[in-house]
Amino acid sequence: MKLQSRALPGSDAFRANRAAHLDMIAAVAEVARTAAEGGGAKALARHTGRGKMPPRERVANLLDPGSPFLEVGATAAHGLYDGAAPAAGVIAGVGRVQGQDVMVVANDATVKGGTYYPMTVKKHLRAQEIAEECHLPCLYLVDSGGANLPNQDEVFPDRDHFGRIFYNQARMSAKGIPQIAVVMGSCTAGGAYVPAMSDVTIIVRDQGTIFLAGPPLVRAATGEIVTSEDLGGGDVHTRLSGVADYLAEDDAHALAMARRAVLNLNRRRPETVLWQPSEPPAYDPDEILGVVPPDLRTPYDIREVIARIVDGSRFDEFKARFGETLVTGFAHVEGCPVGIVANNGVLFSEAAQKGAHFIELCSARDIPLVFLQNITGFMVGRKYENEGIARHGAKMVTAVATTNVPKITMLVGGSFGAGNYGMAGRAYSPRFLWTWPNSRIGVMGGEQAAGVLATVRRDGIERQGGSWLPEEEAEFKRPTVEMFERQSHPLYASARMWDDGIIDPRRSREVLALSLRASLNAPIAPTRFGLFRM
Amino acid sequence: MFDKILIANRGEIACRVIDSCRRMGVATVAVYSDADRAARHVEMADEAVHLGGPAPADSYLRADRVIAAARATGAQAIHPGYGFLSENPDFVDAIVAAGLVFIGPSAAAIRAMGLKDAAKALMEQAGVPVVPGYHGADQDPDHLARMAGQIGYPVLIKAVAGGGGKGMRRVDDPAQFRDALDSARSEAQGAFGNPAVLIEKYILQPRHIEMQVFGDGTRAVHLYERDCSLQRRHQKVIEEAPAPGMTPEVRRAMGDAAVRAAEAIGYAGAGTIEFIVDGADGLRPDGFWFMEMNTRLQVEHPVTEAITGIDLVEWQLRVASGEPLPARQEDLSITGHAFEARLYAEDVPAGFLPATGRLSHLRFPDQARIETGVRPGDAISPWYDPMIAKLVTHAPTRAIALRALEQALVDTEVAGSVTNLAFLTALTRHAGFRQGEVDTGLIARDLDALIDAGPPDDRALVLGVIGLAGLADPARQGGTTLWQPLRRTIAWEGGSALLEVHGPGAARVTLVQPHEVLWQGGRWWVDGDLCRARIVTHAAGVSVFGGRVVHLTPLDPLARTGAAEGGDGLTRAPMPGLVKAVHVTLGQQVAAGDRLAVLEAMKMEHSLTAARDGVVAEVLVGAGDQVEAGAALIRLEDQPDG
Repeated sequence: MKLQSRALPGSDAFRANRAAHLDMIAAVAEVARTAAEGGGAKALARHTGRGKMPPRERVANLLDPGSPFLEVGATAAHGLYDGAAPAAGVIAGVGRVQGQDVMVVANDATVKGGTYYPMTVKKHLRAQEIAEECHLPCLYLVDSGGANLPNQDEVFPDRDHFGRIFYNQARMSAKGIPQIAVVMGSCTAGGAYVPAMSDVTIIVRDQGTIFLAGPPLVRAATGEIVTSEDLGGGDVHTRLSGVADYLAEDDAHALAMARRAVLNLNRRRPETVLWQPSEPPAYDPDEILGVVPPDLRTPYDIREVIARIVDGSRFDEFKARFGETLVTGFAHVEGCPVGIVANNGVLFSEAAQKGAHFIELCSARDIPLVFLQNITGFMVGRKYENEGIARHGAKMVTAVATTNVPKITMLVGGSFGAGNYGMAGRAYSPRFLWTWPNSRIGVMGGEQAAGVLATVRRDGIERQGGSWLPEEEAEFKRPTVEMFERQSHPLYASARMWDDGIIDPRRSREVLALSLRASLNAPIAPTRFGLFRM
Repeated sequence: MFDKILIANRGEIACRVIDSCRRMGVATVAVYSDADRAARHVEMADEAVHLGGPAPADSYLRADRVIAAARATGAQAIHPGYGFLSENPDFVDAIVAAGLVFIGPSAAAIRAMGLKDAAKALMEQAGVPVVPGYHGADQDPDHLARMAGQIGYPVLIKAVAGGGGKGMRRVDDPAQFRDALDSARSEAQGAFGNPAVLIEKYILQPRHIEMQVFGDGTRAVHLYERDCSLQRRHQKVIEEAPAPGMTPEVRRAMGDAAVRAAEAIGYAGAGTIEFIVDGADGLRPDGFWFMEMNTRLQVEHPVTEAITGIDLVEWQLRVASGEPLPARQEDLSITGHAFEARLYAEDVPAGFLPATGRLSHLRFPDQARIETGVRPGDAISPWYDPMIAKLVTHAPTRAIALRALEQALVDTEVAGSVTNLAFLTALTRHAGFRQGEVDTGLIARDLDALIDAGPPDDRALVLGVIGLAGLADPARQGGTTLWQPLRRTIAWEGGSALLEVHGPGAARVTLVQPHEVLWQGGRWWVDGDLCRARIVTHAAGVSVFGGRVVHLTPLDPLARTGAAEGGDGLTRAPMPGLVKAVHVTLGQQVAAGDRLAVLEAMKMEHSLTAARDGVVAEVLVGAGDQVEAGAALIRLEDQPDG
């Protein structure tokens, strides 16, 4: 059934909403632009002066011309390490090579020689996680000095640190997910294992090097004096050591070889969903900026967003009259069938039950789920606790946690408290999690958190017979409110890779479609739910 | 009428004849060489017979095999087309001896016109004007001066043994005759060792106008004139009918002369009387002279067909099968104006060098009559005339017909070989030609301007880049990225550009300057300007048609030679051709620049020399081998040390 929009595109409210969104988008765009510049003009000049292609051009020349690139962690590490690691020094994302979806992980050697900061490791591992879940062949464009030594305690020892990269490569290779490395610069120490652990490795002559210890360390250890090229250059590795398989003349040649390697993978997409011909929405996705109020406290109908995302604006709403604060229903996004779960207010027991029911339904039918999060949380209060809202919420959380259909989550507004869990927050391993510039994430809102802390404080003061002036209370609450505001901002969240990236809301449909398409490279496993507390 | 005929030809003319036969319900037999096994004329014919090897001497010139093929297939007559055996009287005799019919004139008529001097004499007898001149043995200067006076000034003094303009003098004034004669003679003596000269009338502004005639052996009619003055080194480029500036009076004089000429030799079938015409001061009834007669259908016959509405091939078949002339002179008339342009695979800037290639893309406009022997994917081989097609337009007036020809040329799409398309298009835009000011010197005079392609068209190049990137279908790839468009290189033979895709049908291509490309309303826009360009992707790359044509050949990014290896030591054929000779043997030491082999291609011999010092390690071809472009011929190895 085609959704009917009630929005008035000419209205003042519409225009004001739009203007506010455009400001927020511009702020993120500026951060993303800076991040894409990597280590800056001087470092880039040094890089290209060596005959190397700029890192992002490497990615572009690897991919099919004009094909989409779903970048992951575009603003990772923003504001971290004193700004020393733009985009965490690595470019990652889902792209298309020879028409096949692949995961590209490309070191940016203009950022501290491509060394791994803690966020670099996290981004690399996140890219691998996406690849593993979506069965995407991995292409590593390697140009890195290895672990960032001053940060070694945060990149080397733990489970999800540097070593996990090679563990993942081995595990993915075992699952039949191809691992291809293109060595376009240094691959030192641990980094040497990226090409060594790959199924196919290409190395650039007089430019790529692979060794466990570089010439300075060799000299220190054994006194042997040797050049990088003789120690582990392209010629050595393709002729003598066998660590690499193909010798390329330069970056362009190496990338062409990588494209050829993908051509020879002999892979086919599994049959999953029943695709329909794609159809644009009846309402212009551009209008999303006008229909969504930028202030999270202003309620609006989430169907206005759905109408601007799905094919033909058609939405088969399921259980529309029950648990109305959660909107569920079937639709198509660029031809892919989806089940949409979207917040339209605070979650009550009925809404949670409805959500669990709908997730069960989609799981039984192998229909991917799209979560549109705008949630302050579950309803609180005696009535609701007494009727067992925790039990009903648990049903929804169980369903979200244990379903095996691909989940794509988009934060279009607030993401607070247990609502985040029920709506497939990061901890629930959605295949992709994208956020809008107006979204906010936190255990609760800053006002609420400050209120809780202030109540505890006031109780303590009053127990000791003291009194607390309202001005004192306001002064007490201010830093908490400010901290929550800062930490719930999407740029803060994305810098820490709590999500896969911030997107322009007008691109939601494209991003969802690409996420779905990438996810459906993997077969959909049958679901076995956990126990539902009835 | 015949039930079945054989066409002893190939290419567009064989296809043209088959077209008329099909309309008339006459079955056709094609003949073909090894090179033409899958040619269009073979595909079109009802039957086809193999003649022999690709060289014309082994196939299309083998009269015995052609006649045997006709007998074997039960064909009653043979159409010779033009070229090959079409003006060979012995072939006609053999056909008649075999009890078959030759669709054309008698052997005697062909012989009568075959020897140029004898033909001129014959025509003079028949009262047809010939170019006045003196070719006598008496070289006495006074006698020569008298002859010059009789011919009428201006005259041309030419060395009998001459060539290349040596010993040639133009004389406008009798007073200057002796000086000019002396200097011409001494120059002729110096250059050729023979001072003898001849004298001819000098035609200031020569035009080539020919009359189409048609005879049934006794009577003849003419089907008006064609102007073929647009020539380059006697090769016709664009022909038209009727001739610009033609008057009823001159046409009657020329037509009468042509009919007299044909009837004088009892001509049967289609023929053409070529005249040289003085166009210096308008056409005059006494300003045309017989040059020669072509005793066959002409390449440019379609313009006559266009203005008369007559199918000349149909007439040929009817007369050859015994019918009288299908029309009387008074039944014939002219409607409108027609042009024909000859589209060739040739490298115009390189001096109109014949070219070869596989036509990876070929599309003709609907609004012109197209005569062609090739289809998309066919090859232009080095064995035959590299004509791709003839484009014929017909309209009520000359101006409209010429515009239509220009548009047809612009709308013609050829890729896979260089062509003279741009040159032809430039000709249709030539101001003088547009005004009907034609003469045989026009092309040579304005050659530089006609060849000059002007500054490169960045917009077409930009669209070529879009094509190379696989984005010619604008809806296909939208280049979605979250925040930053990705920038990549697109490279082709001879250049590269940076490409950013901004959305479906929206991109930025940076050559030197960035250019914004947009697909909107079913058209491409570059930097805000509408481009009537068509991007075509084909086997050989990408072409952009509709203006300045751009062809881009993609680079194979994998085809790289290792820098350290310093080349593979192979000498390769630079173009398809015939190995004439191999000058080295195995183990022979050669120095850089030594001649290794000779390749004959495009009617020229190319010496292939050693790129460096070395020892011949392998000889991969022998004399007489036909090789493709890029074929490895000889491999050199480094000389062993010591």
